[in-house]
Amino acid sequence: MTQSRFTGTDSYVATDDLTMAVNAALTLERPLLIKGEPGTGKTQLAEEVAKALDTNLIQWHIKSTTKAHQGLYEYDAVSRLRDSQLGDEKVHDIANYIVKGKLWEAFESDKRSVLLIDEIDKADIEFPNDLLQELDKMEFHVYETKQVIAARQRPLVIITSNNEKELPDAFLRRCFFHYISFPDTSTMEQIVNVHFPSLKKDLLSEALKVFFDVREVPGLKKKPSTSELLDWIKLLLAEDIPAEELHGDDPRKAIPKLHGALLKNEQDVHLFERLVFLNRKKSAQGNVDPR
Amino acid sequence: MFLELFFKLRKAEVPVSITEYLTLLEGLDKNLAGYSVDDFYHFARLSLVKDERFYDRFDVIFGEHFQGIKAALDEIFGEIPEEWLRKQAELFLSKEEMEQIEAMGGWDELMETLKKRLEEQKDRHQGGNKMIGTAGRSPFGAQGYNPEGVRIGQEKSRHRRAVKVWDKREYKNLDDSVELGTRNIKMALRKLRKFARQGAAEELDLDGTISSTARNAGLLDIKMVPERHNAIKVLLMFDIGGSMDDHVKLCEELFSATKTEFKHLEYFYFHNFLYEGLWKDNRRRHADKTPTMDVMHKYGSDYKLIFVGDATMSPYEITYAGGSVEHWNEEAGAVWLQRLLDVYPHAVWLNPEPEVRWERTPSIKITKELMSDRMYPLTISGLDEAIKELLKRTH
Ligand SMILES: Nc1ncnc2c1ncn2[C@@H]1O[C@H](COP(=O)(O)OP(=O)(O)OP(=O)(O)O)[C@@H](O)[C@H]1O
Ligand SMILES: [Mg+2]
Repeated sequence: MTQSRFTGTDSYVATDDLTMAVNAALTLERPLLIKGEPGTGKTQLAEEVAKALDTNLIQWHIKSTTKAHQGLYEYDAVSRLRDSQLGDEKVHDIANYIVKGKLWEAFESDKRSVLLIDEIDKADIEFPNDLLQELDKMEFHVYETKQVIAARQRPLVIITSNNEKELPDAFLRRCFFHYISFPDTSTMEQIVNVHFPSLKKDLLSEALKVFFDVREVPGLKKKPSTSELLDWIKLLLAEDIPAEELHGDDPRKAIPKLHGALLKNEQDVHLFERLVFLNRKKSAQGNVDPR
Repeated sequence: MFLELFFKLRKAEVPVSITEYLTLLEGLDKNLAGYSVDDFYHFARLSLVKDERFYDRFDVIFGEHFQGIKAALDEIFGEIPEEWLRKQAELFLSKEEMEQIEAMGGWDELMETLKKRLEEQKDRHQGGNKMIGTAGRSPFGAQGYNPEGVRIGQEKSRHRRAVKVWDKREYKNLDDSVELGTRNIKMALRKLRKFARQGAAEELDLDGTISSTARNAGLLDIKMVPERHNAIKVLLMFDIGGSMDDHVKLCEELFSATKTEFKHLEYFYFHNFLYEGLWKDNRRRHADKTPTMDVMHKYGSDYKLIFVGDATMSPYEITYAGGSVEHWNEEAGAVWLQRLLDVYPHAVWLNPEPEVRWERTPSIKITKELMSDRMYPLTISGLDEAIKELLKRTH
């Protein structure tokens, strides 16, 4: 098999350190743990890596009730019970009731697949530890059928976390860790470009200015992220709002158009509007007094 | 050389283990870090640091370490002007040689080889090297080289990389060791989680029961599991008075991180000491006051009460009516604290102030007395003691 490298895709902007992280995980076959503010492209990364490597992506979205063993397999005893009541012949082979989990799926793949374990911090704190063995050895045992399921090709495992819970040290030691820092202006420009290739330059730069300003507002409950920026730009385009209207020079127009798309939290919207209002009052007084 | 970096990191309390160090070596062996320092920086961080809070400390140490290497190299290369280096570099190492060196041991080996070559060269060309005054630059700066050939002195990348990545200190605000210490926090969280899980009641495991009944060929087999969230109820009261500024963020973080673990966790804020009113939302503390009486009525005496505060103030604020600095209090703070303690037999006071200061601060002494000594420092062992106290049976 040829060694493939990841360098980002035409729909995803990967910085040097992120590229390094993915390639190291590919080469040394270690799971890659990705953290970062919401909307920094953690989930999409896995999709893009799969795309770039031309392989399939197996997604395992973790919820608070997800258990590690569900990634391996589940024994559907209820169906079996039902079948036994109905006198179905299937009931005699327990293998008919083994339901494959995501890891199993990934292990079965002929080509090295990408396995995304999304938002691992949602699960119980024991969850990562319960997967240590399987991720290390890339194999597990099915007790009911006495099979050993081993990976044909070790999948590339990408794990994301939003930092809701600490992850156990033993688990961390086995992973590569990368923190996606919030994009700087030029990276953000590239990201927007990837999504809106024909966006006018002046609108882009005005929009980014407003966006980064809003992020600076102290006391926001939720700072707008890349997703909000992209949604907002989509709206600006749909409403055909010209760049000039985003200018902050005129204090009376200081509230940017459609700012509700950037701020999703009601309290934040109020806070923001109040701040703009206060600024306006201040600058209005400033304008009148000296003359 | 890498080992030194490893130990420096450990000394700075970045938790790196041998496992991680071996991963680093393995990666270098497989040429992951290319031959540029930037690549090496990124790869070392990726394999050694497992928490963004340590990124900044890593940057500092890496910077120092790299500075050291650079100084060592400068001694050797010091006199060699870059112009000359640029022209000579391609001559020194052919493509084949590069590959050979790669196989031999990567970056370290390459430096060794180049060093030797350059020293030989230096002897031969003595004198002539000094003519251009750009001395003191190592060929292993941001330019690096890649296996296709030496690329020393690439204008473009040199300008772009004028500031080293690690010198930017981008991750400074992610480091929280300034206060309680990251290690402490981690441990503290673990303690609190354990606390949250203690005394968990059993509940019927429906799935388990169905499945084991099925396995049992339809004979009922009841399974019980510990309830996911336990029944422990916690009432937290935070001091957000001025002197707490240094601690408040940390304390909040500590408890909000465990919030999901508790089924019943209620937060309230107070200012310096307990009086007739508490706040749910700090920013609106002049508007949305909750009468302390209501809190005591609403949350039963099975709640465990935890105060978090430095208890550092003027003693009047505790012992006198009207002593509060923020408002006129009809009754003394001590009276209110006593009322709360009467309702909640399980109560502790966590104090982020270092314990050595407690004796010297009258208000802390008074508070501790009012708490019948149940004041604990906000440290691992303090938390341990506090939790033990909270779990005691009432007699
Ligand atoms: N580097 C990037 N290149 C291209 N698009 C990006 C990039 N980063 C973020 N985006 C866009 O931002 C949006 C959010 O990305 P994604 O859902 O992957 O974020 P996330 O980090 O998983 O967020 P969350 O923590 O909320 O799950 C997507 O529309 C994605 O296309
Ligand atoms: Mg996501």
